[in-house]
Amino acid sequence: MYSRAYKSLVSVPPLLWVALFLLLPYALMFAHSFWAVQQGAIVHHWNLNNYRTLFSKPLYVEVLFRTMRIAASVTLCSILLGYPLAYFLSFHAHARKELLYQLVIVPLWVSYLVRGYAWKTILGSDGVLNGFLQYLHLTHAPVAFLLYSPFAVVLMLTHIYTPFVFLPIYAALEHIPRPLVEASHDLGANSFQTFFRVILPLSMPGLLAGATFAFLLTLGDFLAPLLVGGPSGTMIANVVQSLFGAAFDWPLGAAISVFILMLTISLLFLSELLEKRWVYK
Amino acid sequence: MNSSAANSPQEFSTPTGALLEVRNVAKRFGSTEVLKNISLNIASGEFLTLLGESGSGKTTLLRLIAGFEQPTSGEIWMSGERLDTLPPYKRRVNTVFQQYALFPHLSVRDNVAYGLRVKGISAAEINGRVEEALRMVKMLDFAGSRPSKLSGGQQQRVALARALINRPKLLLLDEPLSALDANLRKQMQSELKSLQREIGITFLFVTHDQEEAMALSDRIALLRDGALEQVASPREIYAKPATAYTAQFIGQTNLLRGEIRRGIATCGILRWPFEESDGSAIFSLRPEAIRLCADGKRQTTEVKFRGAIRQQLYGGATELLEVDCGNGQFLRVRLPASGPLTGDHEFIFAIADAIRVQE
Repeated sequence: MYSRAYKSLVSVPPLLWVALFLLLPYALMFAHSFWAVQQGAIVHHWNLNNYRTLFSKPLYVEVLFRTMRIAASVTLCSILLGYPLAYFLSFHAHARKELLYQLVIVPLWVSYLVRGYAWKTILGSDGVLNGFLQYLHLTHAPVAFLLYSPFAVVLMLTHIYTPFVFLPIYAALEHIPRPLVEASHDLGANSFQTFFRVILPLSMPGLLAGATFAFLLTLGDFLAPLLVGGPSGTMIANVVQSLFGAAFDWPLGAAISVFILMLTISLLFLSELLEKRWVYK
Repeated sequence: MNSSAANSPQEFSTPTGALLEVRNVAKRFGSTEVLKNISLNIASGEFLTLLGESGSGKTTLLRLIAGFEQPTSGEIWMSGERLDTLPPYKRRVNTVFQQYALFPHLSVRDNVAYGLRVKGISAAEINGRVEEALRMVKMLDFAGSRPSKLSGGQQQRVALARALINRPKLLLLDEPLSALDANLRKQMQSELKSLQREIGITFLFVTHDQEEAMALSDRIALLRDGALEQVASPREIYAKPATAYTAQFIGQTNLLRGEIRRGIATCGILRWPFEESDGSAIFSLRPEAIRLCADGKRQTTEVKFRGAIRQQLYGGATELLEVDCGNGQFLRVRLPASGPLTGDHEFIFAIADAIRVQE
């Protein structure tokens, strides 16, 4: 048994850390969201105006919906790329499995910023892609929508988050006992039926975890819109950033942050609930 | 007994009587030769057991028949149709897997219905057949349960129902009882045997347990290092083992190594007339073939010897003695339980019980 003193010695520092750097900032943010700005100063005047502004001003509502649309698109695209990849690796790659796995993981070691600038180089007016299209005489002038658009944001974030979606799906597929697949074939199911009746249902927890990753990470992203999004690709985190910065409206920024936080927590909760339904022990 | 007279081995030499024919099948994994030129016929309605140690290739042969592996060479035929070129889902063969491989996300009912659903059979027919199959294995009360809620024996029954509902011509069973504890195992053995008689489906059963093989099978195919050592009925394989390996693997035996010269076989202190050409020879003598010679009398068809009892193992109905015959020769003797024995005794066995076997 450990002594009381030892137990407090090991548990107090992390608790302090959480309290100081997590709970306290959240409490401050929560409080700010009910305050106001008057004549360039924050006044502790409790009210709900910030939340009213968030839900009534078309700009914020529009950005909020766009953010969710982008997050949903990134999630869908990452699953469409990540699931087949994970399936191929787990069931058909055989000896090349290790190598391919490493190739999927390697991009995670490259800085986010570097990958962002790479997309800028590829998608820009005088970028690699436009140059190529013109070289093939498919276009005569640079295609403008490639860069500084929601499309560019979705493309870049899909590229970045696909490994995050791939990993839990791959882990789930690796955990499916192979005799189950053989049993399915043995009972008369072809590969297609086996996939939809056995493999997909048993990989749902991994798919869900991957989707949750991609959606939530995109929801809070502000670098991709900054690098490749342009005005039409602005997301909610950019709004928060400007409210806390140039606009100096901390209370409204805090209200938006609280809303995003609540959204995130609800989604995590929902995903947890669904996962419990899909895990068979 | 089954009407197909599965115990007479002559039946299987004619291809028409065979449900499944394995013709010169070999299987390599890389440089390892797992199966070497196996030829085996299985008759319709037969209960045939593939018996062997782990690594003998018995599970590989089963997987070749199920279609999970492809033979490196050779062919497999079923009812006059080439089998080994078909994908597993097109074979009229179903498997009961070692760990049952029940689908964890489906209820017992849906597990059993699986084979019918993927074939697009009508819901009404599925319901009827699932109920029938679950009743057959006494699992109807558990139709709504998830497999994880069932005991090993119950999962075993569901796996059987799931495989049998497809009405296969041949049922493959891959060590289906190995995960069960001893008592349940005995019970499932007898259930399995009576089920097989009832439905008349051909069973190909894989096990490493020779007692299980003896109790269940019409015939046993003993595999050793990827080759068939002997294929025969349990009684024949026990009474007339072809090789020293078979004699030792099936039951217990005394292997007597010696030589034959001018019509006399000599193994240590034991000698008896044996009319075969001169040379070295191995004989298998079952411990129960030897008995105490209380009156000292011996007939010409018997061999008598003297030995000291070194150890006595009590086994309920029988006693197993270790007898020192001198010159480092030890024999195991099984007697009906008769109380403690010590010292020197005279033993006797019939010459006909010393079976000459190949190395």
